[in-house]
Amino acid sequence: MESTRLYGLMAEFDNPADLLAAARAAYAEGYRKMDAYSPMPVHGLAEALGVQKNPLPLIVLLGGLVGCLTAFGMLWAIETIIYPLNVGGRPFNSWPAFIPITFETTILFAALAAVLGMLALNGLPQPYHPVFNAPRFALATHNRFFLCIEASDPKFDLVATRRFLENLPSREVVEVAP
Amino acid sequence: MNGGAVAEFDRFRRRVLAAGAVALAVCAAGAAGNPDQFFRSYLFAYLFWIGIALGCFAIVMLHHLVGGSWGVVIRRLLESGAGTLPVMAVLTLPLLAGLPRLYVWARPEAVAGDELLRHKAPYLNVPFFLGRLAFYFAVWIALAYWLNKWSDEQDRTLRPEVKTRLQWLSGPGLVLYGLTVTFASVDLVMSLEPHWFSTIYGILFMTGEALATIAFVIVALWLLADRKPMSDVLRPTHFHDLGNLMLAFLMLWAYVSFSQFLIIWSGNLPEEIPWYLRRLSGGWGWMAAALLVFHFVVPFVLLLSRYNKQRLRILAAIAGGVLLVRLVDLFWIVMPAFHSGGLAVHWMDVLMPVGIGGLWLAAFTWQLKRRPLLPAEGGY
Repeated sequence: MESTRLYGLMAEFDNPADLLAAARAAYAEGYRKMDAYSPMPVHGLAEALGVQKNPLPLIVLLGGLVGCLTAFGMLWAIETIIYPLNVGGRPFNSWPAFIPITFETTILFAALAAVLGMLALNGLPQPYHPVFNAPRFALATHNRFFLCIEASDPKFDLVATRRFLENLPSREVVEVAP
Repeated sequence: MNGGAVAEFDRFRRRVLAAGAVALAVCAAGAAGNPDQFFRSYLFAYLFWIGIALGCFAIVMLHHLVGGSWGVVIRRLLESGAGTLPVMAVLTLPLLAGLPRLYVWARPEAVAGDELLRHKAPYLNVPFFLGRLAFYFAVWIALAYWLNKWSDEQDRTLRPEVKTRLQWLSGPGLVLYGLTVTFASVDLVMSLEPHWFSTIYGILFMTGEALATIAFVIVALWLLADRKPMSDVLRPTHFHDLGNLMLAFLMLWAYVSFSQFLIIWSGNLPEEIPWYLRRLSGGWGWMAAALLVFHFVVPFVLLLSRYNKQRLRILAAIAGGVLLVRLVDLFWIVMPAFHSGGLAVHWMDVLMPVGIGGLWLAAFTWQLKRRPLLPAEGGY
């Protein structure tokens, strides 16, 4: 098969509206393994590409819960079991005093989970990605919009997919080496 | 607004007015037997409803400054709420009849026997108290009047300089709001226990009032959502934004409430801690625990979910719960000043919020029906 030596086919568009329409058309055509590249956020593009619910909110929630329990557990263990100190006659388990640290740690862990989870889900850091083999792809950070249908998509067919992309209002369609 | 909607609003207004009048009449009859209780319940219910009026007033100014489509769709509701402030000024009058029954500093024989109150008398005395109240209401009513008047002018002319004028009013207006509400909360509520003081008290009230206001407008939006023109413009993103605002005010309330508690608990000083000792013992303690769970944990968890925030029915149900716990929170703040023995709920405590609420909602609906439900400038 020709397509095994390809990463995919990339179409270039002039404006975000064309890209959005192209993504919707490709999804309607049955393509699933594809991605869009744009210099700025395009409203509705993720939905058009069929991006499902992402697990990041759950990761952040779990991060927050872990932070909450870590801080409160640590303070409680230190203050009541490991090194109990009498502070002004207050009880060892002075839970109100633990809350600010618990609160801060919850936020810290949730924020770290958000950043690290985002990087992990995006597959970053990634020193090599085939899309940069497309000659004009650098314009994706400037003023061009790209839609790449990957060869691993079961519906991918070099001739048919190329014809489909060329029938969209694209400037050009190029093959992307893996 | 079209004729059918006006008729419907009028019907609603008559109903709430009748319900409010009946509830107040029953309470007034009860006042003959137990005048002390009448004024306590009245103060508690009055604080709840003036809180929503003031919250509307503050959030409409906030929206003039920061913009956003969430505020455009609720702007008429907020402006109508702010427009009820003159009615709240009238509803303050019965309170004035009961000053010596409510406030220990208004009883000369009590002040004479209390050294601290004698020292506080230059501030806490009846004439100065009345003067301050008059000043607060003058500021609130004047600002709300100009906000509504210029908003009408903006609707008619669509001139951009009216918008600029509204922004110029709202900046200083919010500063005045912050100062007056802080002093008003100290005067009306904190001085119920004049030996005690808390410097975070004003923020605590502002946050609670803003929370109740957002909850109120969400419920009102839910009631209006099927009606044109609301049904044409309302989108899940509006509900999402309002849900996030409610979540933000909820967290701010928890943050501020806990800050006050932590500082006083840590200090454990004899002039500060009795306020909490009273409110954490017996039935009041159970009420405090219920507030922690239902005024923070449950709505907080529910409002974390985007699913819940983007569906108006679910959001309105959460908002209804928040309004209920706002009442409980005010009850817990106000009433232990009178019932240090333990939790006591009088029937007037239940009926009075209905009574004042009926009158307030009637005034609110009357304001709301005067204009289209959405401002003409657009930007939904």
